[in-house]
Amino acid sequence: MTRTRTPGISRRSTLALMGAGAMSVAAPWVARAQAKTIKIGMPTILSGRVAQLGTSSRNAVMLEVEKVNAAGGLAGRQIEMVIRDSKGQPQEAARVARELVNTDGCELLLDGEASSGSFAVHEVARDLGVLCIHTCSEASSLTADPKQHIPNAFRCVRQGIHDSIVGGSYAAAIAKTKGLKKWATCSPDYAYGRDTTGEFTLYLKRFAPDVEIISESWPKLFQPDYTEVVTKILQAKPQALYSCLWGGDLTSYIDQANIYAMFSQMEVFAVNMADYTALTVVKNLPKGIHSGNRYIKTFPTTPENAAWGDAYKAKYNEYPTNWSWQNATAVMFLAEAAKKANSVDGKKIAEALKGLTIKCPFGADGTVTMRGDDHTLVGYAIGWGTTIPQEPYVPEVKAGDWKTIFELEAEWKKSKGYT
Amino acid sequence: MDLDALAGCLSSSACLVTQTTSGLIIGMLLFLVAVGLTLIFGVLKVVNFSHGAFYMFGAYFAMTAYQLTGSFALAMLAGAAGTAILGLIFERVFMSRVYGADVLMQLLVCYAFVLIFDDVVRLIWGPEFKSMGMPSAFQVMPLFIAGGVVPPYYLLLIGVALVAAIVLGIGLSRSRIGKVIRAAAQNPGMVSALGINTGLIYGGVFALGGMLAGLAGALAAPVRSLTPGMGFSVLIESFIVTVIGGMGSILGALIGALLLGLIRSFGSLGFPLFTEGLMYLFMVIVLVSKPTGLFGKEAA
Repeated sequence: MTRTRTPGISRRSTLALMGAGAMSVAAPWVARAQAKTIKIGMPTILSGRVAQLGTSSRNAVMLEVEKVNAAGGLAGRQIEMVIRDSKGQPQEAARVARELVNTDGCELLLDGEASSGSFAVHEVARDLGVLCIHTCSEASSLTADPKQHIPNAFRCVRQGIHDSIVGGSYAAAIAKTKGLKKWATCSPDYAYGRDTTGEFTLYLKRFAPDVEIISESWPKLFQPDYTEVVTKILQAKPQALYSCLWGGDLTSYIDQANIYAMFSQMEVFAVNMADYTALTVVKNLPKGIHSGNRYIKTFPTTPENAAWGDAYKAKYNEYPTNWSWQNATAVMFLAEAAKKANSVDGKKIAEALKGLTIKCPFGADGTVTMRGDDHTLVGYAIGWGTTIPQEPYVPEVKAGDWKTIFELEAEWKKSKGYT
Repeated sequence: MDLDALAGCLSSSACLVTQTTSGLIIGMLLFLVAVGLTLIFGVLKVVNFSHGAFYMFGAYFAMTAYQLTGSFALAMLAGAAGTAILGLIFERVFMSRVYGADVLMQLLVCYAFVLIFDDVVRLIWGPEFKSMGMPSAFQVMPLFIAGGVVPPYYLLLIGVALVAAIVLGIGLSRSRIGKVIRAAAQNPGMVSALGINTGLIYGGVFALGGMLAGLAGALAAPVRSLTPGMGFSVLIESFIVTVIGGMGSILGALIGALLLGLIRSFGSLGFPLFTEGLMYLFMVIVLVSKPTGLFGKEAA
């Protein structure tokens, strides 16, 4: 029996031919399964330091898949999720992704990997031609760079460049009002930390040209102690500090900076603060840290978003994370696209996904769109606000303006040579 | 390289005070972990690669005790006592079986327990990171000494570590138990022949080493996030300390840890992109000029 989604093998390398061969061996077994369920494979990080995010991705996917299945499934076929641990290692993510398609017979992939792993899974998708939706990687180049573009891969994730534009303009407005000219930065020393900090300061300076970066610190990822970084920043006496530390690193940093009373000496902008994983863990959360919204159930301030956050908490006894809403949105997109295409065929769903706008609790205006030209998510709720030590943690979020984001994003793409 | 910043700091009393205390804090916590490592090696001749796990357990025990009782003192006690008991059990049940065995075998047992202990923490406390929170008594404004900033909690931390160093130093050199331990380190056969229970001494030393690492973990818990596997990075730095100071030397561990702390705090000003590298560079220099470490004794 021939599978509907057979990759065009004429273009493949020898290695890919072997992969295709393995797939055809698996085909009869897949064909039997096709009658009832559709298998969706998902590599994600279920062990190690980032396991909490991977688990929250799995939880969100299962929450949405249950709804889709209860409503009749994906074009009439019940979804069966096959979720595997990649341990956060790119080579393992690629291996798992390949295995999910070739051995387990998964017909679609949700890629729940962080940036490092997502590029590896992307190559597997390129090789096998299977429909793949990236659900966790925020690295802008994954979809912005035309070299990465393939017709069968989409990104249903917030994007670094969007965050930087919104964060930069928000911070610049405050810098102007409060006269914050001397800035320091403190971000983890790896691709994400360097890129995000660079883009943030680019837009901060663009909107507030007299801002000057007087001190930079690049602590190691997962460094246990930040004392020397904290005191170095105190010596530099900046008026404001930007950081894209995240998770346990951010909470350590806050605890250690707190006892030096750092937060009373400067304005702090920590893009990753407003995520429940960090908000609920820090015991003495200082008031007034500026943060981007990762996921909070009070932004967007709609009953749909609040209900979704509460439903997740009721089921899993903890609040969702930034990765949760992105994964949930990916399942919503799949369901709508399959309905539109009236098929679960990867190519048809990919066609349906292009430019598709769906109702979504996490949309800035109640909807989100899968942009057609670069296959990436736009229109999601994005904004910045200041923290308080108890719920709702970030009482008021100033929403970013998507018109400005689009304009500056187009300009940025041009400057990078992407368009 | 930013030598201007370093020079500027060295000529300003405020910066000098802040950076020196910051170096002392990093160094003192490191000393508590490293001294246990060096003590165990000195007496038992075993390189305990699972030592970082005791630091981790100390932090988790302290956090749980603090959540249950709200008492910071009890939290410290739980961290230290809990890891001492754990150390004793670990030594008696597992490590005592591989004394005299091939180094690779000892390494394998220790490494296995690094993984097992991490998973135990994951099972009991969950995979996500935790924070103990600063006790309210220490949630106060930092002290300003000669213009430098010094948090009161860190003064306590330095004080506790210093007391531990002095008690250990005097205890080992002056007390009867100290003498027996040193004797056991040199000639366990003779000590045993004199009717002293060497198994008890070994267990005791291992428990003491575990307790010191546990105390370091407990002291760090209010300011560092707790995750399974948190002991690993501390372990690596502890090894650097023991290599610099000399395996088996308590004074060496103290000096090595303080030097490393100061290298970090002043290095981050002068060589912001090479702070880690500086530590290793220093280690290499020491190893080349004195292979046994600053205070290490030549192998007999």
